[in-house]
Amino acid sequence: MATRISASDVAHVARLARLELTGEELDRFTGQLGAVLEHARDVEALDVAGVPPTAHPLPLVNVLRDDVVTPSLDRDEVLAQAPSVESHRFRVPRILGEEP
Amino acid sequence: MSAATAGDAPAVAWETVIGLEVHAELRTATKLFCGCRNSFGEEPNTNVCPVCLGLPGSLPVLNKAAVEYAMRIGSALHCGIQASIFHRKNYFYPDMPKDYQISQYDVPINVDGWLELSGGERIGIVRAHLEEDTGKTTHVGGGGRIHEAGYSLVDFNRAGVPLVEIVSAPDIRSSEQARSYVEELRAILVATGASDGKMEEGSLRVDANVSVRPAGSGGFGTRCEIKNMNSLRSLGRAIEYEAARQVAVVQGGGEVVQETRHWDEAAGRTGSMRSKEEAYDYRYFPEPDLVPVDPGEAWISAVASALPPLPASRRAAVAGASGMDASSDAVATVVRLGLDPFVEAVAGGPGSRENVAAIAVRRLANEVAAEIDSVGRLSPASFAALVRMEADGSLTAAQSRTVLKELLASGGEPKEVAGRLGFEAMAAGDLEAVVEEVIAAHPEEWARFLAGEDKLTGFFVGHIKVATEGRANLGAASALLRALRG
Repeated sequence: MATRISASDVAHVARLARLELTGEELDRFTGQLGAVLEHARDVEALDVAGVPPTAHPLPLVNVLRDDVVTPSLDRDEVLAQAPSVESHRFRVPRILGEEP
Repeated sequence: MSAATAGDAPAVAWETVIGLEVHAELRTATKLFCGCRNSFGEEPNTNVCPVCLGLPGSLPVLNKAAVEYAMRIGSALHCGIQASIFHRKNYFYPDMPKDYQISQYDVPINVDGWLELSGGERIGIVRAHLEEDTGKTTHVGGGGRIHEAGYSLVDFNRAGVPLVEIVSAPDIRSSEQARSYVEELRAILVATGASDGKMEEGSLRVDANVSVRPAGSGGFGTRCEIKNMNSLRSLGRAIEYEAARQVAVVQGGGEVVQETRHWDEAAGRTGSMRSKEEAYDYRYFPEPDLVPVDPGEAWISAVASALPPLPASRRAAVAGASGMDASSDAVATVVRLGLDPFVEAVAGGPGSRENVAAIAVRRLANEVAAEIDSVGRLSPASFAALVRMEADGSLTAAQSRTVLKELLASGGEPKEVAGRLGFEAMAAGDLEAVVEEVIAAHPEEWARFLAGEDKLTGFFVGHIKVATEGRANLGAASALLRALRG
């Protein structure tokens, strides 16, 4: 298999997604992702110079709704789903990263 | 900073280069992708539904009114409006329950426009794209600072509220120009009806990209992005501070590090937010749940033709009516305070239209602007009547100002107020009689005046002023002197 993606690429993507992979998993996923990219290479073989990029698989544009208010959910019901609540807000653990 | 020590190269003049990113919340009734109410200041987590809470299986549907407002903004900023698509911006922060924000990335709805400042300079607009706002986090403990906090609370009422992010080119060169840009942009947003432009409620938020370079150099220095400025004043202060900081770093032999810095209003300084272990990688990819938006020519031209008069064209109209410079402070003030209807009110009356309108602009930019909260007491008709009294000489400029202040304080009609204050119009015949008396009393000076000694106009006008106890219109008196000279 050609090296379409390296183990360090996979480790980088895993870190971005906050996934912790073992060495064995890293090898396995590097192989699997490489196979996916190999498949995509078939498309690269085509001449697409005159084909505009596809933004969406459906041949649709302008799926819009009118600006009309619809009922929101009941707050008690919403907050009942949360592991932790305080002052009618979702309580989340201390944030370690920075604001995006 | 040790740049000025002996033996160093001559002190370098530094230039600040600024680009601004302005987020404006749109005045829609509902959020960008769901029918929840778009409303500021409500009970936490009452305007939420499966879409804006990111519950599995929910699907976004784009709000047509948000697209229309975005197009109005693009049109008002002379942008090209184009077919556009949405992307997912992925990140880990609890203000978006989906763990991504839907935004526009490489194909935004508005591109390549410009904005004209009230002083006449043009600032380029790179793009103005649609995106959804995030939820509001409150950090509890540690004085509300994020990294010392024990935990955080999240309200998702704001999550999904429609925003347009307007990105300027790095064309701004000073903190004053940055403030002027935001003021002008805010006026445009309000005029188009797209946003209420309230910085204090967070519906208008400004981030600044700041770098410095030796004046006259064509390149760009390394920039820092400054966040957390909640007023025009803090925007100006933050830019001043950051530019000085960067100059000190470079002159001290260091290098500016590209980073995001947080403006601390109380301390009056910018501080580095945490150093990044890894550069941001938002893993943008096309939002599969939304199809492209392609407004098409008909919709685009309908939006353009329905735009109300914008500040720049209103300034041009006031300038045209009054003969004043469109980039003057007086004209800018009149338009900024929405006083142009008062200028229009005088335009149709008798007298030299330009002169009357110029008097109107001066009175509006000074006396009326100083008491702008009382402008409701002043009707355009009575203002126009007052300005005409000043223009035709029935009131002196000083009397006109006094009457105007009284009208703003207590209302009323200018003729009646002038009468009450003892500013009865001096009849033209009375003025003539006084002028003749003054001439008769100073035959020698009059002969010299007749012989062409123009500076004696002031001598006669001064005597006329004394003789009439200040009631004479001095412009009319000078005109009368010239007329008598023939």
